[in-house]
Amino acid sequence: MTVPADLTHEDYGGHHGPRKGLLRWVTTTNHKDIGTLYLWFSLIMLFVGGAMAMIIRAELFQPGLQLVNPDFFNQMTTMHALVMIFGAVMPAFVGLANWMIPLMIGAPDMALPRLNNWSFWILPFAGTLLLSSLFVEGGAPAGGWTMYPPLVLQTGAAFPMLIFSVHLLGISSIMGSINIIATIMNLRAPGMGYMKMPLFVWTWFITAFLLIATMPVLAGAVTMLLTDKYFGTSFFNAAGGGDPVMFQHIFWFFGHPEVYILILPAFGIASQIIPTFARKPLFGYKSMVYATASIAVLSFIVWSHHMFTVGLPVGAELFFMVSTMLIAIPTGVKVFNWVATMWRGSMTFETPMLFAIGFIVLFTIGGFSGLMLAIAPADFQYQDSYFVVAHFHYVLVPGAVFSIMAASYYWLPKWTGHMYDEKLGKLHFWLSAIFVNLVFFPQHFLGLAGMPRRIPDYAVQFADFNMISSIGAMGFGLSQLLFAYIVIKTVRGGAKASDEVWEGAQGLEWTLSSPPPYHSFSVQPVIR
Amino acid sequence: MERHSLRPLLMKLFAIPILMFGFGYLMVPLYNVFCEVTGLNGKTGRLSAAEASLLQEDLSRLVKIQFVTSVNQDGPWDFRPAETSMMVHPGKPYTTKFYAYNRMDKTLVSQSIPSVAPIQATRYFKKTECFCFIEQKFNASEAREMPVTFVINPQLPEDVDTIILSYTLFTKTGT
Repeated sequence: MTVPADLTHEDYGGHHGPRKGLLRWVTTTNHKDIGTLYLWFSLIMLFVGGAMAMIIRAELFQPGLQLVNPDFFNQMTTMHALVMIFGAVMPAFVGLANWMIPLMIGAPDMALPRLNNWSFWILPFAGTLLLSSLFVEGGAPAGGWTMYPPLVLQTGAAFPMLIFSVHLLGISSIMGSINIIATIMNLRAPGMGYMKMPLFVWTWFITAFLLIATMPVLAGAVTMLLTDKYFGTSFFNAAGGGDPVMFQHIFWFFGHPEVYILILPAFGIASQIIPTFARKPLFGYKSMVYATASIAVLSFIVWSHHMFTVGLPVGAELFFMVSTMLIAIPTGVKVFNWVATMWRGSMTFETPMLFAIGFIVLFTIGGFSGLMLAIAPADFQYQDSYFVVAHFHYVLVPGAVFSIMAASYYWLPKWTGHMYDEKLGKLHFWLSAIFVNLVFFPQHFLGLAGMPRRIPDYAVQFADFNMISSIGAMGFGLSQLLFAYIVIKTVRGGAKASDEVWEGAQGLEWTLSSPPPYHSFSVQPVIR
Repeated sequence: MERHSLRPLLMKLFAIPILMFGFGYLMVPLYNVFCEVTGLNGKTGRLSAAEASLLQEDLSRLVKIQFVTSVNQDGPWDFRPAETSMMVHPGKPYTTKFYAYNRMDKTLVSQSIPSVAPIQATRYFKKTECFCFIEQKFNASEAREMPVTFVINPQLPEDVDTIILSYTLFTKTGT
């Protein structure tokens, strides 16, 4: 392990490195260890949720019911969503934040290391609670991840498990977010003003505020479900004077900011990677920050576009339609800036760059189908069809997930000290990029032709596109095994990575050794 | 590092989720007030008989009122309006009846929830008396007619010539 030149041995206060043995991971308060734990957890959850997706696509390979019964199919769609959102994508972003934010702002660790340990270790328990609901009487929740009453209230023994796991996941991400905000506000290196922070830090700063503002609203909504079912309250029970539509309002007041929680850190990652491989500074840094902030603010006033068909008055339809379309402007600014950064740059196409460019192109497709869905009169046709499925998978899979892959390849040499296998990485990218389009592009056509979402069987005219989609899904799923192989191979060994790793890389994390010492920046660097 | 300086910031940060948890619950009364003020969601207003008598009758105008009933989750009930529609003058109170029959051989309690369409009309549809204001208890195999008295506010927009009043009958459990 190399030590930065300005540090002597004594500066480590006698802590030379991690504890030995498994207990190291249980008791650790080190941001790098915790980041690693988050990332492994999310990789495992990616495969759990992916296996569920494979069951869904296998059943949909042909019309008719072949493999699973409809109730189990519904359990799979519900659990796939919950596992992927709360188990895979969010923990992956928190893991990246844990690893990278202290390194990027020159902090010795997160501001609240013990809280950090807690926020991670709640996760495996929440995940286990959620997954074990598959084995209780009545099966796992099957009413969709949006948990709309009164359908969700028909869940059997799994119902309280669902509610409490959502509570735990919420507590975990709230604690994680408070930690991130406190770290960014208090532990920046001297001279690093807010407008000098790397964009990954900025986007996470804003995301963390979204999280602490909206996760409690979700917690409130599911608590109301719980008391409605077991304690005789009538929040959503029409017989007692409640209203099921109100749940949708409360849920989407959380739900829409949540989708930006899932994508803003991805914007930050793209903004780190593209300048590196274009060998140019990011175009329009300030406009990137302002665009991110305005997306976050707008996310609080658009929620009803998820419920255009519940019977809103025309005025409300218009308001939510226009406010939703407004979000396309700051998002367009971001896409423009990324393209402008690449413009006349000396670009090279290593795996992180490939994933970042794939992210921009494919995320933009998802953004455009989102604009189509925002058109209130057209939404009456698209609502609850496969077009919606295609839309949100385009923003989440080649959007959020591709950005996480890009970040993993980009920083893996820094984390492990080894270069990953570039040939395999590129192969992984091309397989993923081709298959992901094979899975989700035909789903646009299915939706426009009228295939509803969340059904185990369909009319025969949808058979061809569904078969293509299922073949793509199997290919995409298998390609991710290659990703796991590459990561494990890199962790175990490989060519030695230099400190800078990438020729055009800028930022404090590249001034440290690869891998960085267990305790870094004990003396904070000064930014000129 | 000065750890003590973190405390005020943390207090503020932890306050945000606590306040937002409360805000989630605050949305419930806010939503109800919003719906009552705007008449969204088919929630109809109540009016006392004395207030109703102050309204100006508009004998030059006739509005068609249609009645619709349904039973939630195929409950053990027969539930239908005594008359399926009637023509009314705005400003004049009318009474109509709904027939309900408990098919079970045990006592059941019902609660009917009204909804008015179209949305523009909900604010002008007022009830002075309704079986839906309270729970209705039915003995085993009991059948009876339940009255509702309503009045249309004469300020009802000109383009509305038909109003639909629908009731959904819920079986109350645990009572």
